[in-house]
Amino acid sequence: MLLREVEYARPSSAAEAVRLLDSRDGARALAGGQTLVNVMKARAASPDVLVDLNRIDDLRLISVSGDTLQIGAMATYTQIMAASEVEVSRPILGEVSAQIADVQVRNRGTIGGNVCSNDPTNHLPPLLVALEATFTILGSGGERVVSAKEFFLGVYMTAVGEGELLTSISVPAAANAADGFASITIGRDGTCIVNAAASLEGESPRVAIGCVDAVPVLVRPGGTDEESVHQAVQGARLEPPSDVHASAEYRLHLAEICAVRALRQAEERGR
Amino acid sequence: MSTQDATASRTIIVEVNGERYEREVDARRLLIHFLRDDLDLTGSHIGCDTGNCGACSLLLDGTLVKSCMLLAVQADGSKLDTVEGLAAGGELDPLQQAFSDHHALQCGYCTPGMLMSATALLRTTPRPSEEEIRKGLQGNICRCTGYWNIIEAVKAASGQEVSVDE
Repeated sequence: MLLREVEYARPSSAAEAVRLLDSRDGARALAGGQTLVNVMKARAASPDVLVDLNRIDDLRLISVSGDTLQIGAMATYTQIMAASEVEVSRPILGEVSAQIADVQVRNRGTIGGNVCSNDPTNHLPPLLVALEATFTILGSGGERVVSAKEFFLGVYMTAVGEGELLTSISVPAAANAADGFASITIGRDGTCIVNAAASLEGESPRVAIGCVDAVPVLVRPGGTDEESVHQAVQGARLEPPSDVHASAEYRLHLAEICAVRALRQAEERGR
Repeated sequence: MSTQDATASRTIIVEVNGERYEREVDARRLLIHFLRDDLDLTGSHIGCDTGNCGACSLLLDGTLVKSCMLLAVQADGSKLDTVEGLAAGGELDPLQQAFSDHHALQCGYCTPGMLMSATALLRTTPRPSEEEIRKGLQGNICRCTGYWNIIEAVKAASGQEVSVDE
């Protein structure tokens, strides 16, 4: 498909990328391109300038310092699956990355692209809400750090404003972390109909449910038993959308099922 | 003008199957179109043009990607391996031979992508289990639904016994 005419820039540093994003209306960051290029084909997005982040090596770094795991926004799913830093400090991130799409998409798609596109069916937004992640955003005025609650604002909308760039995501490091994830997908590793992530680390228990609202919905069951989880999800008074894959009623049912499964997995991992 | 400034086209250099090409290309041009229309390398196919089918799969600096979801300018300075590069000197490579021996293609449209995905898989996993083969080929769709023979061919190419009678 022929894309609409677009300009292209390939900065070699995050600062240069921000300068480019900030200098032109209609400039947009190009991460893995596994969503953006396709929505450009459909003309659902028509940026005037693409700022390609793929040659900024600093944005791909994955590191652990003290009790924090920091993942560069341009780290690919494949990289996260293979990183020993992730394996020892928050393995659920690698496990969930391995469930996204297919080899080719995982080779290009990035954690930053996943959260910045903030499609309600994406895997990582609910997971990062459950893990109490923080997001580092760079703008011309400097850097700021926001919580997951502040980051995910609406369908396809995040705290990253025009002229700004997500540079990294941090989660608390926790060996043998009690984290879990469950989803019902369209085909194996396909788009999620409902997903849920749970964690018993930090302020617990926490279950974040995806695909049921514009942003992940965080619920806090009073206990880890099944009944408490059902009550907590029902208490959230979800009004999920209906579509060809699932009615609202069925999604509501799946939300409880996924929440229970995710929390059960978290409990098993934590033992 | 700095090389980092935004431009609507640029001159890129790529090495495809060992051959060097230098071309000016529009920023909006997808890599698959650059290969097929500019370089006349039509082995890589366009199946869906939405990133789902994998017929356009190739190796970019050794990494398996779908070339309909990359801009040609993004490949600047890279080495590409496409299906045309598999049969060195006109001899089928072991994987291609296995596809032929095990009838792993019907209409053949998905075959270039299947071959490149299987090539990538066998480089990292020389003796893949059936599960690993299925996972490795997950991004490639065969609308003739001949998956079974494709899996058998990949097994055979990795020196494993296959269950299908010849």
